[in-house]
Amino acid sequence: MMLHSILFYVFATIMFGAALGVVFSRNPVHAVMFLVFTFFNAAILWLLAEAEFLAIVLVLVYVGAVMVLFLFVVMMLEVNIEAAKRGLTRYAPLGIGLALFMAIELINVIWLRTGMSSGSSGFAPTPEGYSNTKALGSVLYTEHVYAFEIAAVILLLAIIAAITLTMRKRPGLKAQNVSKQVAVRAKDRVRVVKMDAEKRQ
Amino acid sequence: MIGLQHYLTIAGMLFVLSLAGIIINRKNLILLLMCIELMLLAVNTNFIAFSRFLGDETGQVFVFFILTVAAAEAAIGLAILVVLFRNRRSIAVQELNTLKG
Repeated sequence: MMLHSILFYVFATIMFGAALGVVFSRNPVHAVMFLVFTFFNAAILWLLAEAEFLAIVLVLVYVGAVMVLFLFVVMMLEVNIEAAKRGLTRYAPLGIGLALFMAIELINVIWLRTGMSSGSSGFAPTPEGYSNTKALGSVLYTEHVYAFEIAAVILLLAIIAAITLTMRKRPGLKAQNVSKQVAVRAKDRVRVVKMDAEKRQ
Repeated sequence: MIGLQHYLTIAGMLFVLSLAGIIINRKNLILLLMCIELMLLAVNTNFIAFSRFLGDETGQVFVFFILTVAAAEAAIGLAILVVLFRNRRSIAVQELNTLKG
């Protein structure tokens, strides 16, 4: 249990540092890399809370797909770093002040209102032979099966929306229209002209 | 012993940090999207901690659906960003005043 606590504190600290890097780094590519690192550490924290399936899904789906998408977009758009840096400090005091205020409120709610020791005594141990993936699947495919199918529809919607938004017709692009080619008839192309022969000069 | 309150604390710190990030980086649309992803991560951590605390898998089902919707949101948001950049050659937030008339 001591090892568990040490692991939690180490990875929570690293995660917070990486999140600081996301917010305060000048270069968007560095920010995306810090975000990837944050997600890795969050996955480890989820593993420590015995949510193994979701930790793996976080690494596979988020780091593997969404963050790569972010990286593609960041590299594709040439973001003007100098322009983005201007006016950074104007709202920084407001942001940091608001954040500190909210942090104090949250600590008040989490630690002081509930009493220091009521919830910090550790999680109850899971029963012998407990499998997180199995338990999650048995809930997901029975009670929440309609929501599961709606989630599939949402993903399909995202595919269609992303493709229709970003697909563009370039002007002057030479492409063949197959159905037009197949539907063509000889009388559309060849014109037979009847006329008298020209006289010899 | 690591309990519910430790998880809630780290998730709250992450949420507050990403809130500050949204206010500080409000000129850059990509960083705004990334701060929203961080916020969702904090919320998901809360869900997982409560799920573990109560011994109920429903919280993890919530996280599953939040991940799905967040992936869809990121895909569509980045597509909008790409189209915006293609039309305006810039993604600075303060220049998005086409609708002002």
